[in-house]
Amino acid sequence: MSGFDISRSDKNEVSVLHLSGFLDAHTVNRFENALQDLLKEDRYKITVNLKDLDYISSAGLGVFMGFIEEIREKGGDIKISNLSPKVYKVFDLLGFPALFDICEDEQEALNKFNSAQ
Amino acid sequence: MKKRTALTYNLKIAAATENLEIVRDFVHKLAIKAGFEEEVAGQIELAVDEACTNVIRHAYNNNRRRKIDIRVLLDSDKIQIRISDTGKGFEPEALPKPDLKAYVQSSKRGGLGIHLMRSLMDDVEFRFNPTKKNTVTLTKYKRKKTA
Repeated sequence: MSGFDISRSDKNEVSVLHLSGFLDAHTVNRFENALQDLLKEDRYKITVNLKDLDYISSAGLGVFMGFIEEIREKGGDIKISNLSPKVYKVFDLLGFPALFDICEDEQEALNKFNSAQ
Repeated sequence: MKKRTALTYNLKIAAATENLEIVRDFVHKLAIKAGFEEEVAGQIELAVDEACTNVIRHAYNNNRRRKIDIRVLLDSDKIQIRISDTGKGFEPEALPKPDLKAYVQSSKRGGLGIHLMRSLMDDVEFRFNPTKKNTVTLTKYKRKKTA
């Protein structure tokens, strides 16, 4: 079975969600819940590291869109890092690079958050 | 010139998101068998996932007792996947290409899947006959047709 996993690590004010496996309409609730938990804790600076994500469908992309407005209103952001070419293509087809900060790696995302403080 | 006979493969599956993985594997293997490269097979697999997700969520309202029929046809120049359901139809032609900024502002999430299907496949055709049979037919040519 191809699964999906999500782990979280907090680096000072920034929370990093690390997604792995297959993000589709079946697994998307877990990603949504993880973001919801961050908002409940008033953590709005979020990096989503996709280094180990093998697959994403529009169900997964919809979650980024569903949360970004609220997070930016609170002064935060979702920065997305370490996209494989396959995953990047899906983001690109839907025009995400114009709306989201897509970073080469997690460190770049963290640096951007830190330099913006 | 004698044309090679097309091969067809069928999968009938409960309309549940946990089955998307089975659908993707089924379609991916057949795309590779048809001679598509790995990257293109991945795109075909994603387009079919989007079509089935729409059926599960919108045509059947997540009722897992309902069934989705997937028929894959392979012939010398293309792969064609027909996804059928007997749920309520909808009018995709009425959906404009999503304006992402407006989407973000309204926190809406629908419509992206149809846009992806159209971007990834050469032909996408919807036929609706609500509660009887709705079909989405996705076609990818081995060599893209020139106009």
